[in-house]
Amino acid sequence: MKIVVTVKQVPDPNSNLTLEADNTISREKEVVLDPGDECGVEEGLQLKEAHGGEVILVSMGPERAKDAIRKGLSMGADRGVLITDAGLAGADALLTAKALAAAIKQEQPDLVICATESYDGSTGMVPPMLAELLGMPQLTFAKKVEIDGSKVKVHRQTADGYQVVEASTPALITVTAAIAEPRYASLKGIMAARSKEIKLVSIADLGVEKGEPAETIEGMAEAEVRKAGEVIEDDGTAVEKIVQVLAAAKVL
Amino acid sequence: MASILVYAELSEGKVVSTTLELMTRARELGDVYAVALGSGAKAAAATLGKHGAKVVHVNEDGAFDDYIAEPATDALAALHEQQKPDLILFGFTPDSREVAGRLAARLGTGLISNANDISASGGGFVAKVPYFGGAKIASMKAHGKPAIVLVRPKSFEASESGGAAEVKQLDVAVAAESKRAHITERKVEASEKVKLEDARVVISGGRGMGGPQNFPLLDDLASALGGAVGASRAVVDAGWVPYSMQVGQTGKSVRPGVYIAVGISGAMQHTVGMKTSKVIIAINKDAEAPIMKMADLGVVGDALKIVPALTAAVKAKKNG
Ligand SMILES: Cc1cc2nc3c(=O)[nH]c(=O)nc-3n(C[C@H](O)[C@H](O)[C@H](O)COP(=O)(O)OP(=O)(O)OC[C@H]3O[C@@H](n4cnc5c(N)ncnc54)[C@H](O)[C@@H]3O)c2cc1C
Ligand SMILES: Nc1ncnc2c1ncn2[C@@H]1O[C@H](COP(=O)(O)O)[C@@H](O)[C@H]1O
Repeated sequence: MKIVVTVKQVPDPNSNLTLEADNTISREKEVVLDPGDECGVEEGLQLKEAHGGEVILVSMGPERAKDAIRKGLSMGADRGVLITDAGLAGADALLTAKALAAAIKQEQPDLVICATESYDGSTGMVPPMLAELLGMPQLTFAKKVEIDGSKVKVHRQTADGYQVVEASTPALITVTAAIAEPRYASLKGIMAARSKEIKLVSIADLGVEKGEPAETIEGMAEAEVRKAGEVIEDDGTAVEKIVQVLAAAKVL
Repeated sequence: MASILVYAELSEGKVVSTTLELMTRARELGDVYAVALGSGAKAAAATLGKHGAKVVHVNEDGAFDDYIAEPATDALAALHEQQKPDLILFGFTPDSREVAGRLAARLGTGLISNANDISASGGGFVAKVPYFGGAKIASMKAHGKPAIVLVRPKSFEASESGGAAEVKQLDVAVAAESKRAHITERKVEASEKVKLEDARVVISGGRGMGGPQNFPLLDDLASALGGAVGASRAVVDAGWVPYSMQVGQTGKSVRPGVYIAVGISGAMQHTVGMKTSKVIIAINKDAEAPIMKMADLGVVGDALKIVPALTAAVKAKKNG
């Protein structure tokens, strides 16, 4: 089975996501493989271990995004493709999906695995766009994946439980953090990753047109911040104080 | 007058509250019509009419209930072809966003997601989108035709305008090729007494609760107050409580009269889902926790002691 896992490089969630003086997240910050995509890589590897095949990592980003791919390769993925192009800086979800789709088409995978949403973009729009552009069904919010021949079956997390969703491959699935605990790369894995292939491609190579952006930022304002109210130490009277607030809010 | 199409999301045949919130806003922006798909669509049209839809396009084919995203995308693409709306609005919910993503890719127009407000501006639409975890608000102009915008739940308060919609059958045959991601079973794990999204009091627990064994303390307080229990992602990921209880960016958005955050630090990804609550109370042993900076009342102390005492006091007050 040929499995493509999409992987994105994002600011390190463990390095405090505080803002710079000018209120931007510094792009020079530590960057890592998206923790959600790490779960995707793990699931891809487990499926390969159970059913055989190949795990290919596809990413779009600046050249240093090679490090994110390398991380996945050291976990055990077979090879990587990085779409990198100055024309893609600041790409929106649709352009990202178009570029990823073009690169993934060349691989003709049976399964594409994405995370439900990225750590920094976090809107989860790329996967459904990608599924549409690849002409694949989408099995989303998977907390469990089973493969049986050319059938894929997932447990899709819902607000009050889960659904069982089935489709034939080729298919795209999105996985939640509950799917699998990502493995640590072994020293052997790290060594082996050094000689694994990472192919660099541009949008021209893929024949993708940049097009006009669907949206532009007109302005940026401070979010309304709630003012801090009263902060009290629990010296035995705190419960009384909470009861007063509940009563004032008319919920008691 | 701009024409606005609202994608009505149905859950067990009922219009979800996010859709009604969108309708309420949309009717200030132009002529609103809605599309409702799957079982219950015709009955839903009455509710949609009351909230301002002039026309509701319906199709009750079971394929809309049983297959993910693709049949709905086909129906919307067909309706777009007929009606050419200026704006298509979706709720930023798991089910709607999958349809929106596919539709945007099919129409090649792009979209704006995760908005918390939308207004008409210079013949087009501008959406407000929280950035950097909610610290900043970007104004984004939509250039696509149609513009496609996904709006977060609880961004507006739903209200009725008291109209009646004309119901039109949407003629669309769901192609066999679109019946692929098949929902074959539905399992309900959490049966909530009070729905988190609709509760007037929400009590959420975080890692500071110490473990799943202590969550019943929150259940007791919630039943005393007639509220619902929520949670931070940290405890959902740890498996203490089900995902259905998660509040925040990747969970539910709530806007209760009172929100009590217990043992929750107040990361931006959590607060984006609850910061429009009317009153916020935080119980945390760390006076410096970010949640304390936004709470109307912050209590510094041990949650495991305070919560049971509070439950007892609430019960005493109700009985006294
Ligand atoms: C892409 C992305 C999406 C996310 N989406 C969400 C989301 O939807 N919802 C969400 O909640 N998070 C979300 N997060 C995670 C978020 O960043 C935080 O990690 C999470 O909210 C922290 O949960 P917590 O407050 O329970 O835990 P912690 O941050 O560990 O805080 C625990 C708090 O408990 C206090 N405490 C400890 N013991 C006690 C005691 N005995 N009594 C009282 N207080 C005590 C501590 O002082 C501390 O403040 C997301 C993160 C990412 C990267
Ligand atoms: N630039 C990218 N490169 C590779 N994968 C991506 C990229 N952007 C998004 N994805 C994939 O789509 C998922 C959801 O991203 P998003 O739609 O940005 O929330 C990510 O977790 C990745 O799996």
